[in-house]
Amino acid sequence: MDEADVLPLSALQHFLYCPRQCALIHIEGVWTENRFTAEGRVLHNRVDSGCSGKRGDTVEDRSVPVRSNELGLYGVADVLEMKAGPEGKRIPYPVEYKRGSPKIEDWDRAQLCAQAMCLEEMLSLEIPEGAIFYGKPRRREKVVFDNDLRDLVKVKCLEMRSMVKSGLTPPAQYGKKCKNCSLTGQCMPTATRKGKVEPYILKGLED
Amino acid sequence: MKKLLNTLYVTSQGSYLSKDGECIVVRFESGEKKRFPVHILDGVVCFGNVLCSPFLLGHCADRGLSVSFLTERGRYLAAVHGPQSGNILLRREQYRKADDLQASAMIARSIIAGKVTNSRTVLKRCIRDYPDRIDQDRVKAAVSILDGCAHRLRSNVTLDEARGLEGLAANTYFGVFDQLILRKDESFFFNGRVRRPPLDNVNCLLSFVYTLLTHDIRSALEASGLDPQAGFLHRDRSGRPGLALDMMEEFRSFMADRLVLSLINRGEVVEKGFMVKESGAVFMNDETRKTVLSAWQKRKSTEVIHPFIKERIPLGLAFHVQAKLMNRYLRGELDGYPPFFWK
Repeated sequence: MDEADVLPLSALQHFLYCPRQCALIHIEGVWTENRFTAEGRVLHNRVDSGCSGKRGDTVEDRSVPVRSNELGLYGVADVLEMKAGPEGKRIPYPVEYKRGSPKIEDWDRAQLCAQAMCLEEMLSLEIPEGAIFYGKPRRREKVVFDNDLRDLVKVKCLEMRSMVKSGLTPPAQYGKKCKNCSLTGQCMPTATRKGKVEPYILKGLED
Repeated sequence: MKKLLNTLYVTSQGSYLSKDGECIVVRFESGEKKRFPVHILDGVVCFGNVLCSPFLLGHCADRGLSVSFLTERGRYLAAVHGPQSGNILLRREQYRKADDLQASAMIARSIIAGKVTNSRTVLKRCIRDYPDRIDQDRVKAAVSILDGCAHRLRSNVTLDEARGLEGLAANTYFGVFDQLILRKDESFFFNGRVRRPPLDNVNCLLSFVYTLLTHDIRSALEASGLDPQAGFLHRDRSGRPGLALDMMEEFRSFMADRLVLSLINRGEVVEKGFMVKESGAVFMNDETRKTVLSAWQKRKSTEVIHPFIKERIPLGLAFHVQAKLMNRYLRGELDGYPPFFWK
């Protein structure tokens, strides 16, 4: 894969949340912070500043760079717990930190699964599960990397890649999630409907 | 939506700006110091002999603030920006549209539609508010010429026609601009637009406020990833911010001209606030400049409903919204460029 086509893991999560948001960030180079993104940044700074160490049987490493040539993704795993496995081998157990609360949708789980798939490719082993730590309930939620989740990651990676390659930002689909999106000001989901401008100009030209 | 932040205008000669943590520290010659957190600012404009530390410039660039340097009298000298931001695909599309005379004519038509109707609204408001203090017949005649321009713009026009209508609209409007000066005082009169240098107080004020408008529109265009030089109505000329000048056409009358008129009509600027050079060139003194700057900031915080996106925004954000709409049009998400109609 061409190095320029390798996308950050976060792009996949943006793409799952809203393809247009992903395009605004990764095609158009737009970024605006709001309360949610700022809180996420602060949370991650805290995770990143923590140092690696050992806890019981588990060796913990933080801010671990990962990459997959097959998926064309790169990124950083927040926390990797290396748990004791059979035959003295250690199995990585990725943990991702999220502000907010668990979501019904697959965004966060798919991002974590993609991380695990990167690690599998790098280490030539299988990673059966990981966890997401949510800031709101301050609790971990276990994520099993089953075939459905893996297929979702593969399909979405392909879709995302062809969108980014085309350079075309898909039209806005106005909905509930637009309210929490930090990019609404750039996206203007209600204004970018076709066929509205000419009547607007004609009306403006009246007395 | 982006927040409307403040612009820091530094007019005290000999002041020095430096960085302290997340703050800009301004040291005056008197030894006095003032601090401004960077996150509440969206730009810094330095007038005349104002020094900035390189670390402050770097910090501002990093945070997306541009720092502009003007002469003490407000002529633009230079600006410091961070790395080229935004989107090369967008900028290429802008150049493609600028090369395409038919596409340029469509955009020019939208912009002139904004200019014509906004100038007309300024004149009509004056007729409504001061029917006894102006020569109504003259102003009404001007309005009907602008009506004619508006009518022509209801269908497509060529770029030359758009330019012709722009000229006609400007001449008509400035032809009666003197009527809008209600304070019948010998020191404030308008005999037509004179620039470089302005030869009367009114032109001196207009030139200065246009400089502020250019600065703000240019920043808004750059912030949304557009090239402020590649215009559609104003064709390429080296060193000229063509697109910023294009977009200014929508805003001049109600943002800049009305500000100047109200400063004069309310007596907030006075004759002794201006100086005349031997050549006849007119300059304003520090106090007048400060009055204009604070009126400009206040004007930008006035809230309006944006006529196209139908959101309540401060007027200062309208530049950013228009830049975004231009961006969206160039990227093919809108079927035209919707100008800002001031009502």
